[in-house]
Amino acid sequence: MITNHSHIVLKTENLKIGYQHKKQTLCIADKINISLSKGQFVCLLGKNGIGKSTLIRTLTKVQPQLDGTVLIGKIALESISNIDLAKKMSLVMTEKIPESNLTVYELIALGRQPYTNWIGSLTEDDINYIDLAISQTNIKHIIDKRYNELSDGQLQKVMIARALAQNTDLIILDEPTAHLDIQNKVAIFKLLKTLTQKYQKTVLISSHEIHLALQLADELLLMNEKGLIAGDTETLIADGSVSTLFSSNLVTFDASSKQFVINTD
Amino acid sequence: MRLKSAYGLKFIILLCLLGVAFLINISLGSVDIPLEDIVKILFGNESIKGSWQDIILDFRLPKSITAILVGSGLSISGLLMQTLFRNPLAGPFVLGISSGASLGVAILILGTSTFAGAAATLSISNIGIAIAASLGAFFVLSVVMLVARNIKNTMSILIIGLMFGSFTAAIISILAYFSSAESLQQYVFWTFGSLGNLAWSEILILLLVTVLSLGLVITIIKPLNSLLLGENYAVSLGVNLKKTRNLTMIVTGLLTGVITAFSGPIAFIGLAVPHLTKLIIKTSDHKIILPAVSIIGAIIMLFSDTIAQLPTSEYTLPINAVTSLFGAPVVIWLLIRKRNSY
Repeated sequence: MITNHSHIVLKTENLKIGYQHKKQTLCIADKINISLSKGQFVCLLGKNGIGKSTLIRTLTKVQPQLDGTVLIGKIALESISNIDLAKKMSLVMTEKIPESNLTVYELIALGRQPYTNWIGSLTEDDINYIDLAISQTNIKHIIDKRYNELSDGQLQKVMIARALAQNTDLIILDEPTAHLDIQNKVAIFKLLKTLTQKYQKTVLISSHEIHLALQLADELLLMNEKGLIAGDTETLIADGSVSTLFSSNLVTFDASSKQFVINTD
Repeated sequence: MRLKSAYGLKFIILLCLLGVAFLINISLGSVDIPLEDIVKILFGNESIKGSWQDIILDFRLPKSITAILVGSGLSISGLLMQTLFRNPLAGPFVLGISSGASLGVAILILGTSTFAGAAATLSISNIGIAIAASLGAFFVLSVVMLVARNIKNTMSILIIGLMFGSFTAAIISILAYFSSAESLQQYVFWTFGSLGNLAWSEILILLLVTVLSLGLVITIIKPLNSLLLGENYAVSLGVNLKKTRNLTMIVTGLLTGVITAFSGPIAFIGLAVPHLTKLIIKTSDHKIILPAVSIIGAIIMLFSDTIAQLPTSEYTLPINAVTSLFGAPVVIWLLIRKRNSY
C-alpha cells in the first residue's frame, strides 16, 4: 500500500483478534496489518462467520484485541479515553435503537455530545455541524419526524448524519446496507463515497455487497480462512484475491462483470 | 433540545394543575373547612379556630407535602430505571428496593412476634419501622449492585433484581407463616402504604434526600440522553457507562429507599407516570421529561390521596390500593396500545 504516512487515520500492527474465555483463547484472525488513510473508502468483505464483526468490534474498542496494536492516528486505541475516541471515530451499528420519542433532529444532535457542556446544550457551532450533517446526507425534509416513523433507508441516512455530526475523521459502519432494497443500497454506497471524496472522511464499512464494493471502494479488506488480505480494489481483482472469498462450489467470481455468479453445474 | 419554548405552556398548565391538586387535597377531609380559611391558615393568619389550624398544619399539610415528594420521587426513579434498562416495564422497585424494605419491616414486625411474643410488637414505633425498611432496602440494593458489578449486560441486572424480589418474598412468607395474627395485621397495614404518618422532622429528611437526589440526577441528564441510542452508541459518544449506571442506581436507591421507609411500598406510580408523561409531553429529552415527570407524579399522588380520603366520610382507603386501581388499567392499556402499533 502506498500511503502518505502523515495522513494515516487508523493502522493495525500484527493485530490478533478473537475471544478470551477464562484460560481458553479463541483466535479468529491473526497478523492483521491494515492502514486506512484520509479520504479513503474501504470495504471489509468476507463470508458470514469469518470474523468481520469481531474485527469491527476490536477496531472500535468494543472488545479488546488478543495481541498486536491498533493505532488511531499515532495513539494506541486502548490508551484513548472514551470521550477522546468519540472525537476521532464515529460509528453506525447494526443494533436497533430502543424505543423513544426522539425526533430525527434530536437524534442527530446527540452526535454533538462529545463536544457539548455538562448538560448538553447546543452552541451555535454545534448547530452548524448538525445542519452540515443534514445537508451532507440530504435529509432536510424529515428532520422533524420521529425516528420510528422512518423507513429503513431513511433511518440509515439519519444514523450516518448522526455520525457526521460527531465530526470525526473516521466513520466505521457495520453492514450499513443490510435490510435495504437495491436502490437504497446504491444510495448509501454513493453517499459514503461522496463523503470520502468531497469531505475527506475516511469510511470503513463491513458489507456483503461485493458488487457495489468492487465498483466504489478505494481499498478492500478481504477476510477468508487464511487471514486478511488488504489492497486496492483493482489489484485484488487482478491477482485473484477476490475469488478466494468464497471457497464453495456454488459460486465463482467473474472478473469481467466484477461479481460472483452462480455455477451452472 | 430544539423548540424548547414549545413546552413552556404545557409546564405552566402542569404547575397550575399541581396547585389545584394541592388545594383540593388540603381542603377535603373528614372535617369540612372552607377554602378561604385554609388559605388564611396557610398564610399564617391566627384568627381561625384552633382545631382547624391543628388539622391543617399538623395533619393535612404534612400529608400533602409528603404526597408531592413521594409522587415526584417515585416517578423520577421509575423514569431513570426505564431509561437505564431500556424497558418500558421497569419501575423504581426493579432493583429489589421494595422487597428489601418489606423484608426489613417483616423481620422487625413478624420476627419480633415470633421470637419475643405478640405483645412485643406493640412497642414498635414508626421510626423503628422506617429504620428497618431503610436497612432492608439498602441491604438488598447493595447485594444487587455487588452482584451486578461485574455484569456487562444491563438486562441481567433487571433479572437479578427480580430474582431478589422472589427470594425476599419467600422469606417473608415463611416469617408470616410462623407469626401471630396481630403482627401479621400490622405488617399488612404497612404494605398498604401511608402518607399521613410523617412528622415534620421526617418530612425534612425526605425533602433533603429528594433535593440531594435531584442534584445528582441533573449531572447525569446528558449521559441519560445518549442512552436513548442504546449502550453501545452511548459509549461511542464518550459516555462512561459504568459511572452512569452506578449513579442512576444510587439515586434510585436513595429516593425509593427513603420513600418506602417512610410511606410503605407504594405501587404503580413509578411505573405508570413516566408513560403518562410521555403521552402528554412527546419528547424523550431528559432535560424536559424529568421535570415533567416529577410534576405529574406529584399531581397524580395528590389526586390518589384525595380519592383515598373518601371525602366527607370518616374512612380512608389504603393509598396503595388507590394507586394500583389507577395504575393497573394504565399499564394494561399501554400493552394493548403497543401491540396494536405493530
